[in-house]
Amino acid sequence: MAKLTRAKFTRERILILVGLALILAYPWGVAAVGQPFLIGLGARILVMGLAAASLDLIVGFGGMVSFGHAAFFGVGGYVVGILAFHAHDGTDLLGVIPGSNQALVAWPAAIVLGGLAALAIGALSLRTTGVHFIMITLAFAQMLFFLAVSLKTYGGDDGLSFRPRNLLPGLDTRNETSFYYVVAVLLVGFLILARRLLDARFGTALRGVRENERRLAALGIAPYGIKLAAFTLAGAVAGLAGALMANQARFVSPELLHWTKSGDLLIMVILGGLGTLYGSVLGAAVLIILETVLAAWTEHWMVVLGPVLVALILFARGGLWGVLAGTRRS
Amino acid sequence: MLLAEQILNGAQFGIMLFLLAAGLTLVFGIMGLINLAHGSLYMIGAFAAAWAGNATGSFLTALLVGMGAAAAIGMAVEAVVLRRLYARDHLDQVVATFGLILFFNEAATMLFGRQPLFARMPPWLAGSVELLPGVPYPAYRLAIIAVGLLVALALYLLVARTRLGMLIRAGNSDREMVRALGVDIGLIYTLVFGLGALLAGLAGVMAGPVFSVQVGMGEQVLILTFVVIIIGGIGSVRGAFIGALLVGMVDTLTRAFLPGLLKALLSTSEADAVGNGVSSMAVYLLMAAVLLWRPRGLFPAHG
Repeated sequence: MAKLTRAKFTRERILILVGLALILAYPWGVAAVGQPFLIGLGARILVMGLAAASLDLIVGFGGMVSFGHAAFFGVGGYVVGILAFHAHDGTDLLGVIPGSNQALVAWPAAIVLGGLAALAIGALSLRTTGVHFIMITLAFAQMLFFLAVSLKTYGGDDGLSFRPRNLLPGLDTRNETSFYYVVAVLLVGFLILARRLLDARFGTALRGVRENERRLAALGIAPYGIKLAAFTLAGAVAGLAGALMANQARFVSPELLHWTKSGDLLIMVILGGLGTLYGSVLGAAVLIILETVLAAWTEHWMVVLGPVLVALILFARGGLWGVLAGTRRS
Repeated sequence: MLLAEQILNGAQFGIMLFLLAAGLTLVFGIMGLINLAHGSLYMIGAFAAAWAGNATGSFLTALLVGMGAAAAIGMAVEAVVLRRLYARDHLDQVVATFGLILFFNEAATMLFGRQPLFARMPPWLAGSVELLPGVPYPAYRLAIIAVGLLVALALYLLVARTRLGMLIRAGNSDREMVRALGVDIGLIYTLVFGLGALLAGLAGVMAGPVFSVQVGMGEQVLILTFVVIIIGGIGSVRGAFIGALLVGMVDTLTRAFLPGLLKALLSTSEADAVGNGVSSMAVYLLMAAVLLWRPRGLFPAHG
């Protein structure tokens, strides 16, 4: 038994190293084949991978199917957009908060506000379970979506574009390769942190929530607190991902919070494999590359993607990471 | 007078939501399936009816083609895809039916283009009726309310008074037990799903001349339909009816009056923006409030 576990562990470890090497080498690769504009695509994949991995924490490990994760993604994006808007304008937000285009101000703000939004929404939503939880998270996300639409000062429906990207001391974020590596470092940093957290007592308790809440409570661990902590952490990380996405595109719009975005994130998590953490990044890569390839092939790519998704759910269970790493869920 | 008109508008919108919610809540309650593609059946009904109506000029043909198309496609999808999802967890169901939405929306775009389709009103319902002195109201919208009330009554009789209804209620509370008693539950599943698809198609046909027939119309109404059944309590047709009227009223009345009320406090353009934002959020606030007060909805079907 011990031998078997060690063998599996090695295979997953090799896969992780391959993935890490791919992420690091990607900018060289696209430059070598003479397609440097693909760096932006790579950055988008890593950002969505970050958001999907944060969703995996609550869906895959905690068993809480949130259908509103795009809300926190959008909150992070709008924090960056609104701060940049006021920095450019020279006005103060609500008359007190000055704008900023410094990454070291805007990104932590996005994390904090994403987390606070998740704390508030989670505190209410986690009183329900199952279908009701899916729908109430969707409802809260819809509220924030319509809030974004009604923000006429910040573009309303049309969204808000800003430039330049947030500034980082000592780095030129306008350079696509530098920005890519900034995103890569944040993603890898989060994955390491999340892995450590999942291997700690918190992670065990979180899986306990998924498996049997009542038994967890009988062991003296209150499920509600664990769930809320995980939900808040996931929201904060999604806020960071939204901030990065806003910077990548230099544009924010209500599209960031659209309910189909929450659906996309769930698809990425499932595609990669529930409760595999790294699988979500793989799922994000596969979905975005699939979309890009199909879109180049036909304008009506969704007519292909839809049935592909249905077939994947029906016939290929367990996700890509499990297939490649030879493991089932954690 | 304006208030009376808006209350009727709210009732009409609520009735439309009820037609969708009734099918969805039964499918939800009996098969345990979250079907995001229910809105696609509504869209299919609307498109098929608009196409048939424009080709033949007859509203009756449009009605039959719309409902028939929604029911036929719905039952085909149930047999090919959804049946395999009943035993899966909600997450799989959400993602698979999300894939179906992508497919149906894009297929509709390929067949009919991105421009909204024109759906004609039957000429004998094109006029308006003076309900109260000085309050003319479009006859077509009144007809929608009447049809919806008839459907509600028929559904009530079906569920409460017939053998099939008894089996539906039994399936709602314990499908394994119904199966164990020798009832062909697969047949009941297909019938219930077909009934739900038929009603979604009917809603789509009737919505055509009032709202625009275009790709994406299904999702707008789908999310509200989910709000309705969550408020009403999953599996309960009565809950769906009351929830639908509640949501229809709240949505319509806040949209109609909130911007005006806010003008007392804010400048005109700000009041419009904030009013529209808040009224779009109102139904979701209502749902959140109901869920926090009664986590299983107002009329949970069992337990």
